[in-house]
Amino acid sequence: MDELIIGGVSLKSRLLIGTGKYASNQMMPKVIESCGTQVVTMAVRRVDLEGKEENILEYIPKDIVLLPNTSGARNADEAVRIARLARAMGCGNWIKIEVISDNKYLLPDNYETIKATEILAKEGFVVLPYMSPDLMAAKAMESAGAAAVMPLGAPIGTNRGLRTKELVQILIDEIKVPIIVDAGIGKPSQATEAMEMGAAAVLVNTAIASSSNPIEMARAFGLAVEAGRLAYLSKVGPQARLANASSPLTGFLRGVEE
Amino acid sequence: MSFLEESLSYKGLDYGAFFSSITGSDILRILQQQKLSHLDFLTLLSPKASNYLEEMAQRAHELSVQYFGKTILLYTPMYLSNHCVNRCAYCSFNVDHDIKRDKLTLEEIEEEAKAIAKTGLKHILILTGESRKETPVSYILEATKVLKKYFSSISIEIYPLSTEEYMQVIDAGVDGLTIYQEAYDEDVYKKVHLAGPKKDYHFRLEAAERACEAKIRSVNIGALLGLGQWRQEAFMTGLHANYLQNKYMDVEVSVSLPRMRPHIGAFDDLDFVDDRDLVQILLALRIFLPHGGITISTREMANYRDHLIPLGVTKMSAGVTTAVGGHSSQEEGTSQFEIGDHRSVEEIKEAIIGKGYQPIFKNWMPI
Repeated sequence: MDELIIGGVSLKSRLLIGTGKYASNQMMPKVIESCGTQVVTMAVRRVDLEGKEENILEYIPKDIVLLPNTSGARNADEAVRIARLARAMGCGNWIKIEVISDNKYLLPDNYETIKATEILAKEGFVVLPYMSPDLMAAKAMESAGAAAVMPLGAPIGTNRGLRTKELVQILIDEIKVPIIVDAGIGKPSQATEAMEMGAAAVLVNTAIASSSNPIEMARAFGLAVEAGRLAYLSKVGPQARLANASSPLTGFLRGVEE
Repeated sequence: MSFLEESLSYKGLDYGAFFSSITGSDILRILQQQKLSHLDFLTLLSPKASNYLEEMAQRAHELSVQYFGKTILLYTPMYLSNHCVNRCAYCSFNVDHDIKRDKLTLEEIEEEAKAIAKTGLKHILILTGESRKETPVSYILEATKVLKKYFSSISIEIYPLSTEEYMQVIDAGVDGLTIYQEAYDEDVYKKVHLAGPKKDYHFRLEAAERACEAKIRSVNIGALLGLGQWRQEAFMTGLHANYLQNKYMDVEVSVSLPRMRPHIGAFDDLDFVDDRDLVQILLALRIFLPHGGITISTREMANYRDHLIPLGVTKMSAGVTTAVGGHSSQEEGTSQFEIGDHRSVEEIKEAIIGKGYQPIFKNWMPI
């Protein structure tokens, strides 16, 4: 059976989703159900344990793996402190490291992310670092103990698709831990594209949350990820530049005059 | 280039000539762009652009949903003191005004905090007038210590501090700064700030930047719309926010759009900003700074505020009183200004949900 294993947990669904930007938390259980995701990320800074009605954790089914993220961290030190808070708050030991010191493009800081990955992996966290697709940085995160590496497809929230495709492909080819494309995926077809390339999974938030019908869009993404994975496993047939009937260079061997 | 130099580089600009050169197609072209220049932004603030508010609103809404989602962060102000040594022509707390002066004790601050915390709010903005004698930095530090027990984010709106003082308050637990330049036009600034330390235009102009140097998490700036020519003031506000965001990329920069409301005072030489004008400013800012926060206070009327939500607002105050001790005391203190939206936190929360948005009570915490 085709399973994705992260931090010792076996996952059937290769779609991870976020909880930000929704018009209402009440929508979350339906979105989760309709796409079949098993891993849901949430900003630790938004988690409000005292406010029952506003506490996002109340809206996530118990069998879902929580992936708290360090949104708001500007450096490794802040990311580490937020991760420890998440654990203390009862969010488990998975952590998505987000270190962003740029409020303009919201691009991750790979250098600080590597540092935080090292510290948190040593503390027993299952660390999933969000990063700009760079081979050396990904290798450093892998050797620092990352359980998966999460390169961006395009700047977060832009819905612009796999703009970093060539670089992500290199990570897929070279990094041994799972590569999860995070950020930028704007439509189901782009999620399929990432999966066809061999990405282990994708994480989608804005594209679902900002659609007119998040529940149906979540389902579309669930199907798209599955389709892309099946296509990847079935090995997409080679693409040909010319129709197969003609052999302009070797046709003479068969006595065909071109 | 400092922001002062940047702002002065527009001093010679003939706004009238620039505005009269703008065509409708200029505006539509700008709405297609991914990135706006300074003058593109000014174009959206032009009289001509006021004919394109719906087109601007569509673009602003799209950008807001993309970058912030359907969420509105809620906060409330807590007035700690109305002692003030400044003589500002537009403010009720003006030193010349014969009003009851009050300053909360630490016990009273705790009472206020309890009353506010009951409403579920987690983000607080503390305010004082300018009196280093009555409300020195040490008082702000003590107040912060009390408030930390009840709130996950504390912002200050007090007199401008030095970089070292900003470091002290940040260290104590303050994570946000609100400071309005009031008027970017220095001549107007001097005309309305008649006496007191606030007369120092430059020290105030650079305050937000000092806080950024001190590593604050968020700054919120603004002009008191109506004091100067509003199109120019809104232009400078946007440029200032853009300057700060470019120079201090790790700081969350946001803009408030306070406009003049009735108050105790005789100042009435205003370039009044009407409801359409305020919408135009909001839209132009959202399109120019897609990642920037936009705050709308209870200076605005309830119904009008609700309509602004989908246009790009990211932060709103709720359950507001602008009197010292107003959250816990029955006594009527003097308000800094009259508010237009008297709804409780619960009512505003319902209104936001009614607009299809999620009210956010917590978006930060001490780490």
